[in-house]
Amino acid sequence: MAEHLNGFLFGIYPYIAILVMIVGSILRYDQDPYSWKADSSQLLHSKGLRLGSNLFHVGILLLFFGHLVGLLTPHWLYEPFITSGQKQILAMTAGGIFGTMCFLGMIILIWRRTTQDRVRATTKFMDMAILLILFVQLVLGLMTIPQSAKHLDGSSMIALAEWAQHIVTFRPGAAEFITEEALVFKLHIVLGLTIFLLFPFTRLVHIVSAPFKYLLRSGYQIVRKRG
Amino acid sequence: MTIRAQIGMVLNLDKCIGCHTCSITCKNVWTSRGGVEYAWFNNVESKPGVGYPRNWEDQSEWKGGWELTKAGKLKPKIGGKMGVLSNIFANPDLPLIDDYYEPFTYEYDHLKTAKESKTVPTARMKSAITGKFKEKPDWGVNWEEILGGEFEKRSKDYNFADIEKEIYGEFENTFMMYLPRLCEHCLNPSCVASCPSGAIYKREEDGIVLIDQDKCRGWRMCVSGCPYKKIYFNWQSGKSEKCTFCYPRIEAGEPTVCSETCVGRIRYLGVLLYDSDQIEAAASAKDEKDLYQSQCDLFLDPNDPEVIERALADGVPQSWIEGAQNSPVYKMAIDWKIAFPLHPEYRTLPMVWYVPPLSPIQSAAEAGKLEQDGMLPDVRSLRIPNKYLANLLTAGDEEPVISALERMMAMRVYMRGKTVNGVEDPAVLEQVGMTKDQMDDMYQLMAIANYEDRFVIPTNHREYAGDGPFDQEIAFSARAECGFSFGNDTNTGSGKKANLFGTQTHANTLSGTPRKPGGSS
Repeated sequence: MAEHLNGFLFGIYPYIAILVMIVGSILRYDQDPYSWKADSSQLLHSKGLRLGSNLFHVGILLLFFGHLVGLLTPHWLYEPFITSGQKQILAMTAGGIFGTMCFLGMIILIWRRTTQDRVRATTKFMDMAILLILFVQLVLGLMTIPQSAKHLDGSSMIALAEWAQHIVTFRPGAAEFITEEALVFKLHIVLGLTIFLLFPFTRLVHIVSAPFKYLLRSGYQIVRKRG
Repeated sequence: MTIRAQIGMVLNLDKCIGCHTCSITCKNVWTSRGGVEYAWFNNVESKPGVGYPRNWEDQSEWKGGWELTKAGKLKPKIGGKMGVLSNIFANPDLPLIDDYYEPFTYEYDHLKTAKESKTVPTARMKSAITGKFKEKPDWGVNWEEILGGEFEKRSKDYNFADIEKEIYGEFENTFMMYLPRLCEHCLNPSCVASCPSGAIYKREEDGIVLIDQDKCRGWRMCVSGCPYKKIYFNWQSGKSEKCTFCYPRIEAGEPTVCSETCVGRIRYLGVLLYDSDQIEAAASAKDEKDLYQSQCDLFLDPNDPEVIERALADGVPQSWIEGAQNSPVYKMAIDWKIAFPLHPEYRTLPMVWYVPPLSPIQSAAEAGKLEQDGMLPDVRSLRIPNKYLANLLTAGDEEPVISALERMMAMRVYMRGKTVNGVEDPAVLEQVGMTKDQMDDMYQLMAIANYEDRFVIPTNHREYAGDGPFDQEIAFSARAECGFSFGNDTNTGSGKKANLFGTQTHANTLSGTPRKPGGSS
């Protein structure tokens, strides 16, 4: 039974989550573009937002890209330069710093959203749900650091990277890499996948619209021809 | 040179009675929805005062508009593109809703349901955001109405720059005027420039600045970017909204709602032709005081045959050129130079212009007679200081404002002579440099202000909607597009090119596009 569950959560669930994220996002963008927005509440309440929101966003973005690069870089690419043990130390340090930034930011944001009347009044169910899920996920992530510190040989990290690389390259047997890992890693992965799953139904969709195109705009003005 | 046309507006402040009809009709049409209760696309301020939102004119606080870099290049005051993006997680220059006012309603229902009591039940104030009781409002869209509040607070007005303002706090020297405000539909809009999503755009055909609600992601940079604070963040929808210049009415040749309903008949709408290649240069004038003139220089004489030829080649319809020739806005702003852009120093090249108000002669009561300047009473002794008006309208340059006030004064003196005494005095005309015909025209437009003279609005030309001026394809295919149609066709979000649930195999044949053999539409 446990094996079966393991196989589902780490072998099949990733594909369900990613599929729902992609198809759900396209559907929402296509059918309800008006709902696609960052949903800022700064106009109503700005106290603490500058510190909280910046800490949170910068922290979580760096964490995200850290995971992306850390999990998906093939081993042969970094092995000539650093050992997997060194890479693990690097991941723990960077994750610890950015995780703490993100943690402090989220504390401020959660304080705002739960105690400040105006923000509370304009909070939708999913806004609160995703904020708390992200927070739990962050705490789980931070909890993996002491867990990793127990064995600094990088073996755990390699197993997790193998799993991720097997998933994204559609190779069978991905789940087996996870079977023996500590519970905290497993929880962190399952909740992470759940965030992918929920993505299209939350305000997280604004990530896709990160306006980098702005930097490419020639000049500043936009004039639309009729038609 | 590339000629474009824009519908501009002039507000004759000399005739504004501060009735707020424009604000109310605008609100009923455009902002009577959730999340924009606090937003007034049109509002009327009593000046002097700090206005709505609080102190909006002071860009050292709000960072709206443009500034010149050391190299003389235009840059949004909130920062260049990298600067804007680096502030995207929390905008340091965003007003709080309290700077406008917290929207509220009253608990009217309590009046009907209250139990019997010794005192009359009251309808208490409730916040529209939280639903909680509020003791009293503390700011509003016309909080300083007719000089409400202490002079001390009102005198924080940005337009008091370089003025010894203390004496205007004395009862004998006090002055006031109304300032109706709406989106300026600028030639060099800083809201467009500061929108990271590229959702805000200026329409080529009539210059109206709009926000694409489907493209707006709510990054709220435009709210800061606009120095007039005329973009409002809808706190329910999470999108920015602004004055649309009532474009559906304008397209049909009708005036905006605020103009149509103005009981003082102070508003004018008309076409201006301008050279769009010169916008950047005009907005980059080194000295702020030159900005008024550099903006005026953008506008082209619609009676000049070369301009007409060029405009037609650039796709401006003939009817719009005729509109420009009869444009009340062109006459007042360019011909007679009695209307001015609001705060040209923001470098946005605003397109809602203002005729400064005349006011009682200040020293008349003291001296027992009017101070004369030639044939006219001296406008320098008007109750509203020239400098104050200049700070509002010409970045502090008093000369153009004085000249405008003199022309308006001359119109009164001349017409009074003509109709009361039966004498047409050419000396008055000479003093202000106007001809008899010009003066008659000015009188007709400003004093009589007939509907058809105030609003000269050519209709939108859908037949010019294609790439070339005479390409009718778009107009033709737009026909039979909407109304009763298949499934989700009217959903603006579902693009015609690709649809998750399959596109139609056949285009509507009534659209005039013949089906290609073997291919779809």
